[in-house]
Formats: sequence, structure tokens, C-alpha cells
Amino acid sequence: MIVSLEWLKDYTDVNVSPEEFCDRMIMSGSNLETMEKAGEDMQKVVVGKIVKIEKHPDADKLVVCQLDVGQEDLLQIVTGAPNVFEGAYVPVALHGSRIPGPLHGQPKQEGGTKITKGKLRGVVSNGMLCSFGELGFDDKVVPVNQRDGIWILSGEYPVGADFAEALNLKDTIIDFEITPNRPDCLSMIGMAREAAATFGTKLKYPDTKCISEEERAADYVDVQVKSPLCRRYVARVVKDVKVEESPWWLQRRLIHAGMRPINNIVDVTNFVMLEYGQPIHAFDIESLAGHKIIVDTAKDGEKFVTLDETERILDKDMLMINDGEKPVAVAGVMGGLNSEIKEDTRTIVIECANFDANSVRTTSKKLGLRTEASGRFEKGIDPNLCSDAADRVCRLIELIGGGKVVGGRVDIYPQPEAPKTVRARVSRINHVLGIDIPREQMVGYLESLEMKVEGSGDDMYVTAPTVRQDIEIEEDIVEEVARLYGYDNLPVTIPKGNNEASQSYERDIKDLARDTMCAMGANEIQTYSFVSPKSVDNVRIDEDSWERAFVKILNPLGEDTSVMRTILTPQMLEVMGRNYSRNLEAMKAFEIGNTFMANMMDPKALPYESDNMSIGLYGPRENFFTLKGMIEELLNKLGIRNVKYVPETEYGVYHPGRCARIVAAHKVQLENGPADEEVELGIMGEVHPDVAEKYGIGVRCYAAELMFENVTELADTEKVYSPLPKYPAMTRDIALLADEDMTVDRIEDVIWEAGTEILKGIKLFDIYRGKQVQEGKKSMAFSLTYRAADRTLTDEEVQAVHGKVLDALKEKLGVTLRDM
Amino acid sequence: MQERLKQILEESKKRLQEASSVQEAEDVRVKVLGKKGQLTEILRSMGQLAPEERKEMGQAANQVRADVEKMLEETFAQLKSKAREAKFKAEKIDVTEPGIVHKLGTKHPVTITIEEISRVFKSMGFTLTEGPEVETVFNNFDALNAGPNHPARDWTDTFYVNDDILLRTQTSPVQVRTLMSQKPPIRVFAPGRCFRCDTPDATHSPMFHQVEGLVVDEGITMADLKGVLDSFAKQMFGSDVRTKFRPHHFPFTEPSAEMDVSCFKCGGKGCRVCKGSGWIEILGCGMVHPNVLKVGGIDTEKYTGFAFGMGVERIAMLKYGIDDIRLLYENDMRFIEQFK
Repeated sequence: MIVSLEWLKDYTDVNVSPEEFCDRMIMSGSNLETMEKAGEDMQKVVVGKIVKIEKHPDADKLVVCQLDVGQEDLLQIVTGAPNVFEGAYVPVALHGSRIPGPLHGQPKQEGGTKITKGKLRGVVSNGMLCSFGELGFDDKVVPVNQRDGIWILSGEYPVGADFAEALNLKDTIIDFEITPNRPDCLSMIGMAREAAATFGTKLKYPDTKCISEEERAADYVDVQVKSPLCRRYVARVVKDVKVEESPWWLQRRLIHAGMRPINNIVDVTNFVMLEYGQPIHAFDIESLAGHKIIVDTAKDGEKFVTLDETERILDKDMLMINDGEKPVAVAGVMGGLNSEIKEDTRTIVIECANFDANSVRTTSKKLGLRTEASGRFEKGIDPNLCSDAADRVCRLIELIGGGKVVGGRVDIYPQPEAPKTVRARVSRINHVLGIDIPREQMVGYLESLEMKVEGSGDDMYVTAPTVRQDIEIEEDIVEEVARLYGYDNLPVTIPKGNNEASQSYERDIKDLARDTMCAMGANEIQTYSFVSPKSVDNVRIDEDSWERAFVKILNPLGEDTSVMRTILTPQMLEVMGRNYSRNLEAMKAFEIGNTFMANMMDPKALPYESDNMSIGLYGPRENFFTLKGMIEELLNKLGIRNVKYVPETEYGVYHPGRCARIVAAHKVQLENGPADEEVELGIMGEVHPDVAEKYGIGVRCYAAELMFENVTELADTEKVYSPLPKYPAMTRDIALLADEDMTVDRIEDVIWEAGTEILKGIKLFDIYRGKQVQEGKKSMAFSLTYRAADRTLTDEEVQAVHGKVLDALKEKLGVTLRDM
Repeated sequence: MQERLKQILEESKKRLQEASSVQEAEDVRVKVLGKKGQLTEILRSMGQLAPEERKEMGQAANQVRADVEKMLEETFAQLKSKAREAKFKAEKIDVTEPGIVHKLGTKHPVTITIEEISRVFKSMGFTLTEGPEVETVFNNFDALNAGPNHPARDWTDTFYVNDDILLRTQTSPVQVRTLMSQKPPIRVFAPGRCFRCDTPDATHSPMFHQVEGLVVDEGITMADLKGVLDSFAKQMFGSDVRTKFRPHHFPFTEPSAEMDVSCFKCGGKGCRVCKGSGWIEILGCGMVHPNVLKVGGIDTEKYTGFAFGMGVERIAMLKYGIDDIRLLYENDMRFIEQFK
């Protein structure tokens, strides 16, 4: 809400500086967007009168003006503006002056523009005649006929006078942020009510009484309301209307409020709208067939051309203003081209009506037409304002000599809005706020807001003016008291009682995983929860795979963000691609985030959400096993042992020969006793070259995705001490000759099984392929550690077990000791 | 024989003085004291001497042996120390060469900020709780007293999955879940992701994070709200920041407020960060609206509460001076590593 302080003073006294005014209004609930000083950024701009105009000797498009600026001699100024004429009063920027706006056609400059005398095509020009724009006014407030050319003043002004002073331009323009619960503050009177309550001043209402009225409005116009979507309809009539320019004071206030002056009738309706917050429409009575106004809903498919010369297609839910034959306005949204006020309009009907907020909202949305009026109706307006606003329009037209007011008003108001009374307890208010203030003080605050307080003792029966539609329950009164008492004056205390802070186990595990990944040098990334449905195509996910069970967004910003992600890997690849394209030689990153699966059984149910973790890396030192090492250490840290890496050749994301499913064995209680269950924790591998290419990653890269829910379920962060070994260990190194497709885990499984409880460790330390090994075979070197907890092992003991290990290898896997 | 001993001693002395390596000194030891060494032979041949002479010669020979051993020891020590010096000289490094990297990873600045906020609220006895990102319209709007025509419900503001399900626009539905599942006293906070239909630009992101808070108990007052949030601000932004509570409006609190903190960049004098006002808006808060408490079946006469919510990105951007929110979701490693 833009408030001109100069205008606000019509309704209440403001005895403080603009800065203090804003500060205290903020603290009583009117938050500040901006505060600007108007009319103070012009220096040495004066009123001038053009006495004589001559052609420029050397330029067709320039003229030479002689101006009376109140000095002894006339001032010569050259201008190219086409609209100057002899006798016109104009703003003159003298030599050495400063104007706030940019020169015509140039970009705005901080601190304005300095004007000096000079020569234009050889003729001396001692300054400049200014346009609205050059004096700092926004294009959208400049009257249409003044847009191209010099600002021509209407009426006479003292020549040589300071321009800003002469036109009363000096003002403070404040833009307040109005919250949706306070539509009453979208008006000058509403803001004045707030100011009066804040500063303890009186609220003065505008003058609504006409000095002379003749005849009766009801004889001019017949109003029928046929839909409950119109709560009230007030019509007044003004005859002998002269449509002309508004007086400057009226134009200036509109301009300062950010509106463009049009003509006296439209300007008055806009002025009163800003005063009361009530939208007003004026019809030319001659365009109303039968001088009738019928408020009713439209017919489906009916067509109507609005003031903006656009044809609109209506439907049966849209409320319309019709005359005896045709629609003339979309109620509360926009008038029709067919009933517009024209220059020859003589008699007007002034409509001050109250239309249903939801109806206006829906209509405006359907038509794609948002107007000042519709915006106000949508937020809700007090129907009791209609009569005062209509009277005020008449009074102002009378005041500016715009026409003769016809007596009486037509007022259709079947169910008048009655003020509501709310019970509020003094004790409750003090209890909620943590203060102890007496009833009289509270009553004082409420009365300053024009609320009536009755009752006695603890009970206050508070009746708010009907403009305050937000006052409904006791808590609303608590807020009114609190904000006028001042939130800053409330004490500062700490709540009583103790609470143990905690968080879920899942969160603990997530935090631990994050810390662990960072300790291993991976950076955490965060990517959007929504992705493109194409992301799964990019990573070669099968057509019928679960990763395509997307939760779809009905109104996404774009296809790229139109479904909720089912896996994190595509975004990890995107991030790797982005970093690669920015010439980062290596990167190592992870993300922990929610994934979403549509509930196929019940689309009305919430989707299934679960945490996943993605890991991604590339760089000269990275390979499948650096990634695997990270995952192993992470799972170790989370206490997950017995993890297997099972070759996977089918999953599209990865290189078919370099991909593993990560599976953990985990003890479960079944009916017939404990059993081992395999739980899949995720998948990892070298990214398939086609996928890497899709994401623009020009080197081998590696990724993994863990299902964090399973990780959390298996995680075991309990630590149990086991004693350090007391007796020495014996190691036996063996080199085995195996077929190329023999895997380390198969060999290890056999060794573990045969090694008995004295086998404490197996370590692969070399794999050799080459000259000394026959084609299709490889040599695998393991170091086996034997130790007993209670004695020093003898050579014989170890040899016995070790021999069995070698036998088992040969027997079960056909793997033999390599001849050295 | 005396002559011979003297000669051995002299010769050993000379050769050890000339010795430039451990091997040369070792050669001397072998030649003199070895199994077939000169002195060993003399001692061995001592048996042929008369007992008197034997005693005298024995003493002399042992003396020479002791002298040679001592000289050997000294020579070895000298040579060793020389060798050390040479080794140290040869192995000298340029200690100003860069270290070999052991790189720690970095958490995302949004995570870091959430962790800092969490630490503060945990220290005040708040329990961390979470809720789903895809929520019901009921939990996100209806239960939070945002009527059927509340503008935030608009399709231009909120992402919908269907008529009843949406991407939560705020973490406040966690309040509803908490109120429906717990009995007072309640003291929780909830960090999480939220979504609104904002086209990404320097200050807008369709996805962002909030931290929500809720306290419900007997006798909770607006003064308590001020106390908790003022303490939060001081722990988060520095003990010298001041707070200001301004009246505001939210459907789910009444009275409602916004909290500003005095600008922690300029101390309140006015700068670019606070746009010259000296204050920075940090969060929205208020006393829980009775309609919200009623959703959880809570007796509004007996219990009161307060709630608050803050934007994590906004706080992170202010704290770290990040001027474009999109940087947070680009995940350039060079950006993230700045928060190590």
C-alpha cells in the first residue's frame, strides 16, 4: 500500500518525522517496503511561461523559446518538443540545475542529471524545458497527453517560483507491506486508523455530504440483483457531467500513489478507491439499455468485450453487470467497452458494490484478467463501505465542479453485515503474552482502533468495526493488544521445564555416514528432489524397471523438474559432468537424499520416501577399487560386516564387467531358529561409457548408490572390546595358479572354511599375469595369518591346518600352488 | 717382541688415521685382532716364552690390544658420524615444497548451516524430528489454518501431485504430525526441504530448506518465544547481536511476528547486506493458533505454544556472503570446498 504522507494528514495528524513515523508503524504491525522522499531531488527548477516561440534558423525540428522565469530579462531556451506553445506554463531547469530523471531517451543515472547552458546548432540555450520523465516520474503515472513532450501545466502559476514548491511535489511516499489478513489497510483511511492508534491521534473521516442535490437517483436507474454473489449494490447518479482534466491536487495525489490520471470522473473513482479501499465503477447511463442494471451470472459461452478491447468468453459462474439487453461489465473485474465514460458523457451511474471474493477470484483467474479492482475484491471488502464511498465520489465530483449530483441512492443490501463481538479475557491475554497489564490499558488500545469494549472484570466483549474482518476470536484480540503494547516491550523469558534433546537413530546414522565420507575426502552435494523423467533413460534403466515408478508433478516448472527422483545417480553424474566440463581434473563426492516411489496400489496415499546415498568419483588416481575401498570403510564404520560384492552384468548404468551388487549377510530370527538373510545395500561400478558420454564425462568415472534404509537397518554402532593378541602369529605366503575367471572371494571362502579357528587373516598381496604364467591363468598371492588366543602355535600345528587349506583349494576349486 | 708390538701399535694407529671408510677400519681390526691377526698370533705364540717374560709380554700385548680397540672404537665413531653428515647433506630436502595432500571432504553449506542451527536448538532441549517432502494438502494447509482460498494454495505457487497431495511448501506440516502423534510437553525442531513454484534466479529456488520449531506446554508465553529465539540469534550470529520482533501475519500463529537481527556484518550501522536498515529479517514466528492445536486434540485452555520457521539458504547466504542461491545447487567442487 503506497501512502503519501501529505495525503494521510487529511485523516489524522502526523506530528513526527517521516523516519520516526515509519519506525513506529513497523512496530505496530505495518511493515515497511520502501520510503522515498518526493520532490526533493530537483534543484533550480522553476516555473516558466513561454512568451515567444521562433523557428530555429538552422534546424527544422528545434524551436527557440523566450521564457519569463521571473527575472528581468527573458530566458532563451532551445527545445525540440513538439507540444510547446506561447502562453504555456512549463518546468524550466535553469543553468546549473539538477533534475532527478534521465534526459529523454537516456538511461537513468544515480543522483540525477546536471543541466548547463550551451548552444544547440549555434543558438544559445540557457537551460532546459522538462518532461515528466525528466523530473523523475515513472512512465506509468504520466498522463497520456503529456507523455511525448514538455510538461505543460494547466492553469497559471507564479513565474520563477521553485517548481516543486509551486506544484506541492514535496512529499514522503511510503510503501507498506500489507499482510493478507488486513485488506482494510489497503486504503488511506485504513492506514490512518493504524497511524491514529499508533500515535494516539484522532481519525478524521472524509467529507461525504454534498452541498446540493436534486431529483432522485431511483428515477434515473433501475437496479436488480439476481445473484447472491452480489452482497450489496449501491448506485448514485451525477448529471450534467463535464469530462475534463482533474485539478492538479487530485492528479498529484494519484501520481504519488502510483496511478495515472485519466479524467476527472475516473480520477475521482480511483481517488475514492484509494481512500476507502472500495472499487468503484462509473457507467455512461446512455449506454445502459432501459437505464437498467441487472446483476446476474453470465450464460455459458457468452462473449463480451472488456475495456481493454479484448473479447472474453464467459461461463455460468461469472457474475456480470447487465443492462436491459446485454452485459456491460464483469462484476468486480473490468467494465465493458460498450459502457465506458467518453468525453461526451453527460450522465453517469456510480457503482459501489460488494461482490463475493471467491467469485471474483475465480472469474479473474479464468479470464486471465487481474485488475486493481479484482485484486481488492479477492481479499475481501466490508460491504458497509459502499454507501460512504458512493457519497464521497459524489461529493468530490461536486467539489471539483465535475457535474450535478442527483439526490438519494439506490441501495440493494438484503443482509447487512453486522459487527461481530468477540469475548476476550484480560487474564488470558496477560497469560499468553507473559505480561500483567490492567484492563483499562487494554481497553485503551482497542478503543484507539475504533473497537467498542463492553463487559466488566475479566471479560471484555470487543466489537470491532466491520472493516476489520480479521477479528474473529480471542487470539485476535491478544494480537491487537500485543502489537499496541509493543512486542519489544514484552519480557524475555526462557520456557520452564526440561527436555532431553534427541534425534532419531536414522538421523544419527546419516550424520555418521556424512562425517565418514567427508573424512575420506568426498565432498557433499545437494541436488533437487525433482528431476527429468529422461534422467532414467540417460542412465539406461530398463523400460519396466522400478526406477520408473515416478511420482509426477502436475504443474512442474518444466519437464526437467517434473518427477520426483527414484534414484540419486543421474544427478550425481550430472554434477560430475558439470565439474568435468569446468576442467576439474578429479572429483569425489556423495549425496544423501530422499527418493520417492509412487504408491501403485493407492494413488491417494503418500508415496514411499526413503533415503539413498550416491557416491561419484573420477580422476587419475581413481578406479573401481578406490570406490570399493571407500564403501568398505564406510560400511565398516557403520558396523556392517559380512559384505559381499556380487558381479552384476545387466544393470545399464555400469560397465557390464565392472559392476557389483553390494550384499550384506544378516542374521534374522525365523520360526525354526536363526538364519542368514541377504540384504542388498546397493550397487556400484564403473559408469558405462555410453552413460558417461551422455553426461559429457570424458574419463572413466565410478559411481555407487546405496539404499540407506537398508544400511541403517544393518548398522551397528555398538563397540565391544576384544583383547589384543598375547601370542605371536605365524604367516604363510602362498602363490596360487588359478583360471582367469576365478574370483578372490571364492578362494577366500574356501580358505576360511578350511583354515579352522586359528586362521585369523587372509590378505591378497599380488595378482600376476605374464610370461611365467600360462595363457588363461593368473597367479594370486595371499598371505595367511595363523594365531591362537591361548598359546604360541607350533610349526607342526600350523602346517597341519595349512596343508588342509591347500588340499581344499585344490579339491574344491582346482587351484594349486604355483611352482616357484 | 716388544719391537713387534710397538710396530703393530704404530702401524694400526697410522692406518686408522688414514682410514676413510668403515671397511678400511674393519680391515685393520681383522689384520690386528682377527683370528689370524698379528696381535692374536703374538698372544698365541706367548706360550713359548719363559713365565716371567710371558707375564711382562702378556701385559704389554694386552695393553696394545686395548689401545688398538680404543682407537678402533674412536675411528668407527668418527667414521660413522662423518658418514651421517654426508648422508644428511645428501638427503637435504626443500621443506618449502608443498605437502602431499590428505584431502578431507566438505559438507554442503546447507548441511553445515542446518547442523549449526540444530546444535543451538539441541542445546536448548529441542528434539530433532522430520517429515516427508511429499505431503498431504491437509497437513500442509488445512491443518495449519490456511483456508481453502489461501493464495499459497494456488497452482502458480505450490507443486501438486494430485488434489490431495503436494510437495510441502514449508516445514510446518511437521508441526501437524508432531501435534497428532505427541502429547505436551512438546519441544521439537524440524529441518527439511520445501518446494515452491519459483523460477530459479539469484534469490529464488524452487527447492529450498527450512527449519521449523514447535513448543507446546502449560504456561508457554510470547515472552518465552522471545527468550528462545533471542538466545538462538545470539548463539547463531554472535553474542552481541540484538533482536527485534515485528508484528506480522501467518495463518497458523496468532499473534504472529517476524524476527530481525541487528546486522552481523555492520553491527547495525547500515550496509549492503542489511540494505542500509541495520536489521536483517531472519525468521517468522508466533503463538500457535488454537485451530492448529485443536488438530492435535490439545486443550487450548490448558496448553499454549509457540512455533517458528526460518529459511536455511537465506541464513547460509547471509553468513557466507553468497550472492546467488543457484550456486548452492550447482555443486561446483570449487564452491563446496570453500566451506571446509
